[in-house]
Amino acid sequence: MNLVLFLFIVLLGFTSYYFGRRKAYAIQSTKTRLTALPKFYGYYLAIWCAIPAFIIFSLWAVFEPSIVKFLILSDYSNQGYLDDELNLIYEKTKSLARGQFTGEITPFIERSAEKYLNFRSIAQNSKIVIVLSIIIASVFYAYNRLSGNSRTREPVEKFLNAVLFAASLAAILTTLGIIFSLIFQTIDFFKVIPLLDFLFGTHWYPAKAFVRDASEPLDPSMYSDTFGSVPLFAGTFFIAFIAMCVAIPVGLMSGIYMAEYASNKVRQYAKPLIEILAGIPTVVYGFFAALTVGPFLKELGNSMGLEVSAESALAAGGVMGIMIIPFISSLSDDVITSVPQNLRDGSYAMGATKSETIKKVIFPAALPGIVGSVLLGISRAIGETMIVVMASGLAANLTFNPLDSTSTITAQIVVILIGDQAFGDPKTQAAFALGMTLFLVTLCLNIFALKVVKKYREKYE
Amino acid sequence: MNKYKEELLNKRYKAEKRFQFYGQSAIFVALLFLTIFIFKIFSTGFTAFQKTWLIVPVNFDAELMLLDENPTKQDIEDADYYEIALQSMWNLDPNANEDQQNQLKRMVSYFFEREIKQELLKDPNLLGKTTEVYLTASDDLDQVFKGNYPRDLPEDQRRVSDYQLKIFDEMVVNEKVESKFNISFFTNADSREAELAGIASSFMGSIFSILVCLAIAFPVAVLAAIYLEEFAPKNRITDFIEVNINNLAAVPSIVFGLLGLGVLLAIFHLPRSTPLVGGITLSLMTLPTIIIAARASLKAVPPSIREAALAMGASKMQTTLHHTVPLSMPGTLSGTIIGLAQALGETAPLILIGMVAFVNTIPGSPMDPAASLPVQIYIWAESAERGFVEKVSACIMVLLGFLILMNLAAQIIRHKFEKKWS
Repeated sequence: MNLVLFLFIVLLGFTSYYFGRRKAYAIQSTKTRLTALPKFYGYYLAIWCAIPAFIIFSLWAVFEPSIVKFLILSDYSNQGYLDDELNLIYEKTKSLARGQFTGEITPFIERSAEKYLNFRSIAQNSKIVIVLSIIIASVFYAYNRLSGNSRTREPVEKFLNAVLFAASLAAILTTLGIIFSLIFQTIDFFKVIPLLDFLFGTHWYPAKAFVRDASEPLDPSMYSDTFGSVPLFAGTFFIAFIAMCVAIPVGLMSGIYMAEYASNKVRQYAKPLIEILAGIPTVVYGFFAALTVGPFLKELGNSMGLEVSAESALAAGGVMGIMIIPFISSLSDDVITSVPQNLRDGSYAMGATKSETIKKVIFPAALPGIVGSVLLGISRAIGETMIVVMASGLAANLTFNPLDSTSTITAQIVVILIGDQAFGDPKTQAAFALGMTLFLVTLCLNIFALKVVKKYREKYE
Repeated sequence: MNKYKEELLNKRYKAEKRFQFYGQSAIFVALLFLTIFIFKIFSTGFTAFQKTWLIVPVNFDAELMLLDENPTKQDIEDADYYEIALQSMWNLDPNANEDQQNQLKRMVSYFFEREIKQELLKDPNLLGKTTEVYLTASDDLDQVFKGNYPRDLPEDQRRVSDYQLKIFDEMVVNEKVESKFNISFFTNADSREAELAGIASSFMGSIFSILVCLAIAFPVAVLAAIYLEEFAPKNRITDFIEVNINNLAAVPSIVFGLLGLGVLLAIFHLPRSTPLVGGITLSLMTLPTIIIAARASLKAVPPSIREAALAMGASKMQTTLHHTVPLSMPGTLSGTIIGLAQALGETAPLILIGMVAFVNTIPGSPMDPAASLPVQIYIWAESAERGFVEKVSACIMVLLGFLILMNLAAQIIRHKFEKKWS
């Protein structure tokens, strides 16, 4: 039904475009000069036709369900039902009205269902009437305003400009959406778990929160020593550290080599090949780490008499490092290439060798940009999920032994939220609180890194 | 030149050589990782494209199938196939005791009854006769035939018994075991049984998610890029938008998963586990990538084009929509494809919105529950059965194949259609 109405509005839009243009041609034929091309008359009328109708249409879609719900539930209002029970009644009513109800039908619900159907049809019909009358009114208004000297191009362009602006707000809306989706759960979480316990507790054991009977009231004391995030932060930074130990030397050296030494041919082939590493999905790295690197390290360690866990931090961190190599190499390559040539020439003129020039002149000049790229790499390592979920342990051990298994923030979010989630449970909320910390940490890193890189660019451009 | 200076120079040259060597070895190490990686995936994965069949004589005994004389097509459809299927497996070793009979039955997939039925439906004249039917071997025997199974393990640590191996080896000698191209890997949905599991459902899930993602992200991102590059005044709002875009491009993907869970599922009550929600979540992730690419390619259009159009009396909007935007399209499109390729490989946000649920049907629309290729990789990688290992690698090969195709397409669009301004 809604789709039909929607298509009908679109159709009317096209029709009014045609009428607008026809009117423009009619005016033109009276030897009056138009102020805009005839098609703008068409666009003008089409906008007047469709936009008010769509606004009403979408407002209706947003508000209709809650108004109908309010009207249905007003029958039950003074009977002392709880909110949850009212919701249940409403759900039953709806499913009965759709004919999908299975269960005992009480007369109350039957009456509500009838009422529901009644309201829905009233709403449906009045929507059609209102939308159509709005279209007729606005099209008539706009059509009568069209004349030889009426401005049509400017309003149309203004409208387009507004659409463009609205689209650019999508980025802000997404950020707001992220904050919005995280903040309420996080606040609820900290109502139960004190902030200090979360930040400085050293035991992370969310499985303990499983055993709660949902009907009993929340007892915060049973969560003491359950949601201490120190092991997770330690694990996250530890694995990121291992990753950077692999990625920085390899990435930086290959970036320098690409920028300063490599012949065009090597650049042409090696650079895209290394960048393939960045295009491989992380779940593939995870599989590789869990199935190849982990067991390999375990066997290697056993042969040397070391106790190595099959899900060691080393395996996850090492593979993550491989993934980050191309980020660091291509960013530092860019940064080094943009160091002005006269710095190099000056250094060569003083008799320095190429490597001395790189180490003493170019590297210091490019340092801010390189730091920026490393920071972006760290932020990526912290936010990386699949490698850790698949290759590192899921139990949060507070350890700094690279051969032991440990867990990270991202892995715990997945562990908690995989499967069914009950909103309102501290365990689920804990995942959102972790997400919030992750978001904030990476946000700070990103803003700082982007600032550094931008400053650096401005210096040489 | 005195000796001291010469030594110093030598030392400096050596340092130069060493430094170059470090650079070369860094590149070598990076490429070595890539090679090991590709080799490992391909060497474990390619066997998944073959499937092992056992050729078993089946006696279509009308009596056992509870059929009367001259059955109609419907009767054959409804007949009982379990007994004859069981009998034909037991006949592989007429002297088997009850336990061994059970083991015989487990040599083929639980689907064997259906396979026998299909054979009869294809040719109803076979009723009452004995014919040889291809039955899917169990995943363990499949692995044995491909040589991936450690046969020398003690029997109690294997899922294949010595008895099954004995019968199987006899069949191999009699050439009653055959390996054929594994079509069902591409046409079947996911299954708990490795020998029947396929990628069709996750593949469709991926396609639907990507289409939803494209339908949302592309128009919004292009419009936003046009505004920011061509119309936006330099003020606080546009600065803020820009900071936001750059940040979003670096926000961990799992945070977008939390957004999908907390807003799309919990507030808007969109259906869980569906490509629709997955696509919307991915589109928010891809948005900044496309915006950045589209802005870069708008920036690359030389100002002379705009000036020429303006000089001819076009308005700013006409200049942009008629000249600048079409000229920037190749760059925008290749950026979009690269963004979509990233989205195609994304796993974590899809797990959070429930696309890991076990789905054994092939979705027909974005509103049906589905997995996606990377999530399928995760699901299979987590299951313990040996048969899934090669499936994971094969699924990775399919996914990587698509990513390579998309990146190639992006390259081609860029090189073929982009104008070089000089």
